[in-house]
Amino acid sequence: MKYLEEKLVKFLMVFSVLLTLTPLILIIGITVVKGGGALINNPEILIKVPGPKYLLGGEGGFFHAIMGSFYMVLPATIIASLFAVATAIFLQLDYSSRIYAGYIRIILDILWGTPSIIYGVFILVILIFLQQRGCLLAGIFSLTLLEFPIITRYADEAISCVPKEIRENTYSMGATRWETSVIKIRYALPGIIAGILIGLGRGLGDAAAVIFTTGTGNSLPGGLLQSATALPVIIYQQANSFYVSVRDQAYAASFLLIVLFFIINVISRHFYAKFSKYVKG
Amino acid sequence: MKNRIYSRLLKDHMASHILNLFAFLIVLFFFLILVMLITKSVPVIRKNSIAELIFSSKWDTDAKQFGFFPAIIGTLEVTLLSMLFAIPVSMLTAIYISEYASSSIKTSISAFIDVLSGIPSVVFGLCALLYLVPAVSMVMKKIFSIQTTGMCVITASLTLSVMTLPVIISLIVESLQLVPKELREVSLSLGATKWQSVKKILFRAAGPGIISAILLGFGRAFGETMAVAMIIGSKNKIPVSVFSAGETLPSLIVNSFGEMMSVPLQQSALIFVALILFIIVMVTNSVAKMINIRLSQKWRY
Repeated sequence: MKYLEEKLVKFLMVFSVLLTLTPLILIIGITVVKGGGALINNPEILIKVPGPKYLLGGEGGFFHAIMGSFYMVLPATIIASLFAVATAIFLQLDYSSRIYAGYIRIILDILWGTPSIIYGVFILVILIFLQQRGCLLAGIFSLTLLEFPIITRYADEAISCVPKEIRENTYSMGATRWETSVIKIRYALPGIIAGILIGLGRGLGDAAAVIFTTGTGNSLPGGLLQSATALPVIIYQQANSFYVSVRDQAYAASFLLIVLFFIINVISRHFYAKFSKYVKG
Repeated sequence: MKNRIYSRLLKDHMASHILNLFAFLIVLFFFLILVMLITKSVPVIRKNSIAELIFSSKWDTDAKQFGFFPAIIGTLEVTLLSMLFAIPVSMLTAIYISEYASSSIKTSISAFIDVLSGIPSVVFGLCALLYLVPAVSMVMKKIFSIQTTGMCVITASLTLSVMTLPVIISLIVESLQLVPKELREVSLSLGATKWQSVKKILFRAAGPGIISAILLGFGRAFGETMAVAMIIGSKNKIPVSVFSAGETLPSLIVNSFGEMMSVPLQQSALIFVALILFIIVMVTNSVAKMINIRLSQKWRY
């Protein structure tokens, strides 16, 4: 009887593995075929800014969105990772009490689970309060808010996994708390970098946080206070377009996003191997 | 010599202050979000009472009537349906990866799933819009003879469950891996089959981790905005069946954004939606934490 059950469950498991993998492979396949096809047909959309009547099927490409994404995501990731690493050190009880750190962890957990649209609405409320229109700076801020709890969680986990002996040894040598923390960071660097790259990926792919806050720029972002747009936002806006050429650009943009994600993943693995040199097995 | 010690201590001191400041900023930021959302949604609460906002299904910008009941029902329907599909599949897949698969299959599948959990939601939305929507429409017409555009609740829930699968699976695998090997060995040596030891031992030992993974997936599905906004059809009415168009709370915010700027009261209403979302996130988080603590006491090994 129990062997029958075993067989049945095993069959169900293989079935569900297939059920999981098929749609995911399909999605990658569709994006590569459709988006790659659109790119091969018209490779210059990558480096062209939209011309007049762009959204009506006119000339141009989505170079503005690529640049907009980079201008927003890179500063946001840098700011967020600085904050995140600092917070993660603070949570290690060298500088804080257990109860206070516990409260901050609860808050971070909540922020981690908060849908990104809430950050978008929050920044929008501030913008309305300041009577400003959506701009690049607001986009950077909302992405920072989005990425910060994510990176903090990974950094916190990585630093918590540093063996206790390291901390005890450094203290017994007479190191200050700060010096101990630096050594811990170095030890946890592979995990922290992986966390930062995960945060980067999340920021790169998120449309809901920036769709309200950056405005709808149809040209290259000129300055911090000018409107811009991001790749996921144009995918969202152009996916339902009546014009085939505009829709094709959405496919091309999503292909580009997936390629960027693979690159981030490869970089993450590379860094993980490289910075593991500080970690003694 | 003395100088050096002073400078080291000074550095340490300064670091302490700066870190304290950072921690304080987080707390401040959290309460700032809460306060901002509350103050901005006060106008619409003054106009219509909270109960009216939540349980009425009238949405009329001109008459200044805002009822979120359809969107709330839509959110519940979409999230629960997607979880109904995602939970069993992800659990079985995770058990297969963690317990049954050979190590080469294990590393390749879990690396693949790791990559996938990062794919942005708009890509899922785009693919669903391209293929799933027409497919659902066709299948419904041919087999059940139901007329639908395909942009409906069931399409959104299928897409969401595919999106949440990688997240839930990788977390469950992680918590299963943390269970000590001895538990498995003891159970197998007593004559239990693999599945019996999974069912009776591992589910308990990894229980809190599994439940928090599921709740995390739930939160993902619940707060997902863009993919849902692309495929749910955006009709602010209570969905008659799972094959009719609906609206979820986050997609309501995105889809009404155009009118949001012009009418102050509607703006306030949509901010109230964001407040509801935020509060629900807080409640689910606390519940998850409580369940986690309870279960890890009860199922301690």
